[in-house]
Amino acid sequence: MEIYDLTAHELAEYIQKGELSAEEVTRSVFSRIHEVEEDVRAYVTLTEEKAYAQARYVDEQRRAGKKLGPLAGIPVGIKDNMCTKGIRTTCSSRILENFVPPYNATVVEKLEAEGAVMTGKLNMDEFAMGSSTENSAFFPTRNPWDLNCVPGGSSGGPAAAVAAGEAIYTLGSDTGGSIRQPASLCGIVGMKPTYGLVSRYGLVAFASSLDQIGPFTKDVRDCALVLNLIAGHDPMDSTSAPNPVPDYTSFLTGDIKGVKIGVPREFFGKGLDSRVADVVRNAIDKLADLGAIVEECSFPYAEYALPVYYIIAPAEASSNLARYDGVCYGYRAVPEKGEKYDIIEMYMKTRSEGFGAEVKRRIMLGTYALSSGYYDAYYLKALKVRTLIKDDFARLFEKYDVLVSPTSPTPAFRFGEKANDPLTMYLSDIYTIPVNLAGIPALSVPCGFVDGLPVGLHLMGPAFGEGTILKVAYAYEQNTSYHRARPPLQVEKRPKPTVRLQEGGNHRG
Amino acid sequence: MDNYEAVIGLEVHVELHTKTKAFCSCPNEFGKEPNTNVCPICLGLPGVLPVINEALLEYAVKAGLALNCEIAAFSKFDRKNYYYPDLPKNYQISQYDLPLCRNGYLDIEVNGATRRVGITRVHMEEDAGKLVHGEGGADYSLVDLNRAGVPLLEIVSEPDIRTPEEAKAYLEKLKSILSYIDVSDCKMEEGSLRCDANISVRPAGTGILNPKTEIKNMNSFRAVQRALEAEIKRQCAVWAAGGTVESETRAWDENKGTTVPMRSKEEASDYRYFPDPDLVPIVISPDRVSRIKSELPELPDARARRFTSEYGLSAYDAGVLTASRALADFYEACARNYRDPKLVSNWVTGEFLRLVNARNLEIRDVKLTPAHLVEMLELIDKGTISGKIAKTVFEEMFDTGKRAEDIIKEKGLVQISDEGELSRIVEEVVTANPGVVADYRNGKEKAFAFLVGQVMKATRGKANPQLVNRLLKERI
Repeated sequence: MEIYDLTAHELAEYIQKGELSAEEVTRSVFSRIHEVEEDVRAYVTLTEEKAYAQARYVDEQRRAGKKLGPLAGIPVGIKDNMCTKGIRTTCSSRILENFVPPYNATVVEKLEAEGAVMTGKLNMDEFAMGSSTENSAFFPTRNPWDLNCVPGGSSGGPAAAVAAGEAIYTLGSDTGGSIRQPASLCGIVGMKPTYGLVSRYGLVAFASSLDQIGPFTKDVRDCALVLNLIAGHDPMDSTSAPNPVPDYTSFLTGDIKGVKIGVPREFFGKGLDSRVADVVRNAIDKLADLGAIVEECSFPYAEYALPVYYIIAPAEASSNLARYDGVCYGYRAVPEKGEKYDIIEMYMKTRSEGFGAEVKRRIMLGTYALSSGYYDAYYLKALKVRTLIKDDFARLFEKYDVLVSPTSPTPAFRFGEKANDPLTMYLSDIYTIPVNLAGIPALSVPCGFVDGLPVGLHLMGPAFGEGTILKVAYAYEQNTSYHRARPPLQVEKRPKPTVRLQEGGNHRG
Repeated sequence: MDNYEAVIGLEVHVELHTKTKAFCSCPNEFGKEPNTNVCPICLGLPGVLPVINEALLEYAVKAGLALNCEIAAFSKFDRKNYYYPDLPKNYQISQYDLPLCRNGYLDIEVNGATRRVGITRVHMEEDAGKLVHGEGGADYSLVDLNRAGVPLLEIVSEPDIRTPEEAKAYLEKLKSILSYIDVSDCKMEEGSLRCDANISVRPAGTGILNPKTEIKNMNSFRAVQRALEAEIKRQCAVWAAGGTVESETRAWDENKGTTVPMRSKEEASDYRYFPDPDLVPIVISPDRVSRIKSELPELPDARARRFTSEYGLSAYDAGVLTASRALADFYEACARNYRDPKLVSNWVTGEFLRLVNARNLEIRDVKLTPAHLVEMLELIDKGTISGKIAKTVFEEMFDTGKRAEDIIKEKGLVQISDEGELSRIVEEVVTANPGVVADYRNGKEKAFAFLVGQVMKATRGKANPQLVNRLLKERI
């Protein structure tokens, strides 16, 4: 067992007791990064110097007898769509390739105030649009469990980094499953909190009414600890909830006797890999063994979630991404010598060259859905169905404490397998999307393997029901060992990728 | 043209003078170095979020109530999407289908008749920045985002306005009301009030609606009136010649004195409005509305009515005095402390306003205080100075802020009421003008005025006129 293999709560204990220094932990993580990053490619930007400075500061604080934050000195990686002051924030897009924010996202501020050690900025699908990280404009990230497979997306970098030991925990963002699906595919814990629990200030917007920041961790206790750090009202975010935040570790009792669990049958239908279904059904049986009351239930509007999502999210994105126009910051197309662009040409060239194919596809979808004459038929209709989906959840949560399903219909897939078929790719998020539409919290916890690839169990709860979800996940995890499995990523036995990975992925259309 | 009538609706944008911008905490100031009043939020950097300035909401409700609008208990912000380099996010935060205020009105007076103009809606939005084109012959444009995110109200009238004079009166009344409630400077020349006009013409009394044009680029109330006059003439000529007015946007050309085409309505943008997901709906309780209502100051119409009844002023004078709150406050501070409010009105609507205009001042920048004016009027009453001298004293007070007494002393302007001294001067004048005295005695009334004038001349205008009259009459 190496230092980088430990969990945040284990490391925090060593650091607090002085048995390990934050600098030693940081060194272990960076030596791991240098060892495996060539294969995994989780990071867009490494901030090694800053990390050591932060680690040494934590060590000084401890030596001076100052009280340390619960996760002080623990190396954390940040998805590259959260603004970091003075450190470039690219959203894995050409258009922001050299963008250096002059301010920190609220979550980054919070982590820094607690003595976090930032390892760097993590790769993602461009502007968080995708489910495989193949849409990164720079390079795809590989799944540490099988380097020929995708890590999921859009937070593929944050998921792969934790699974590979390249960070102890990471922050990702989840608009339609972008935390939970890669967590599932990489065999770690990933949570999308309730919309409004974690401030979005400084998170580069994809779809503002759906985006939410959340943690990737090695186990459920770490998830609760990170949530403690990042949750809470932020006056800079109008959609941030004013609710007081509980200590999420207080829910980790291990006791789920009498907890009512609903299993929506619509989440086990067509498109679900039968091997995944078996693994997930076993996990549900385990929950029943632990004393939970498990019942099948129905979620009639589930099938509309995907189409509704692919109207609302692109509509918001088409407006959110309008600001990348080459005027004030970011990439600007430069005309050939002797040529001149007028403002319209500059806009068009900049956006044509700066955005990848999937981003352009969604901007077009969204622009269309909001256009006069189509608004009522698409956008307004989608908002109405979104309300019906919310109502479905509300009705189910009158009866059940949590709902369970597979996180993803398949385990990790191979590069290129779905990249050329957007619809198939979109189906990767079929179980996670309804959660974002309803604004409720959900978590993916490792629950087994299919052919050596991890499978995640998806636990959904009512708004601000993170505690209950964590309680169930923790009880499950404490009675299984999947979370202790580490990928067989060994430098000596490095398998050669069978697909030639193009620099820039498939984004050029 | 006589058999046509115009149908005019005005769309007015006013900048609210809140301390900070609409959705960030940058100062809301005019005239700073370019791109100094900016932050990540109003620059529209990646990841930022807007948070509404509570003062914006407060100001908007105030304005809505002052314009007799219904205040929506539930309203929201929408995004108006369009690309323009002065708009950092390439969408403007505005209000679309659920504006904050609806169904208001204001009353205007034109040629002695009162007309009511409906106000369709008042909504909140953010301003854009400014482009500076080709400075010093440059082949590029520069962007100044100091104004980006400054709070605006858009006030849309019903098409109830029939003449250019009414349009001007509407704007003046609007400015008066918004200044009264202290939400905006309403300076069209500085751009804190901007006005676009929709206008069509039709055969008088028919009630049909012809295609309308939208007129932009008018930089003063006077320009609005002139542009509308020119546009009415143009549209009437088109119809009279058997043509059809095209629905289009036109710009007022101040130099040519005509409107010129800008773009046709077919090129109109699709703004793809949708609710801004970064902002929560605006919910205002009836209690809050009543609180704001109770805090509204007395508005111009009510104040004018009170001035006529309380101070016995004519409707016209009351209207002039109450058009600006500062002027009405000035007047009232004098009138309350002086025996003759009508005399005060004469001074304020006369000399005071004459000097305000001549010196191109804002009333709040005038040095003269109400107390000083009252003192001066009392000095006239006591006979210390004559009414004529008072005009000189007044101008000096106006320009320097000094008290009348000090000016009178400094300049030796005290009225001569010393009977002995005046008798001596009268004697000199009579002796020096035997012919004129003879004319008077022969019944030429004018000759008397000449003699009074001579006395005044000899005393450099300081002689007490009543005393001069009596002494002269006694002497001759």
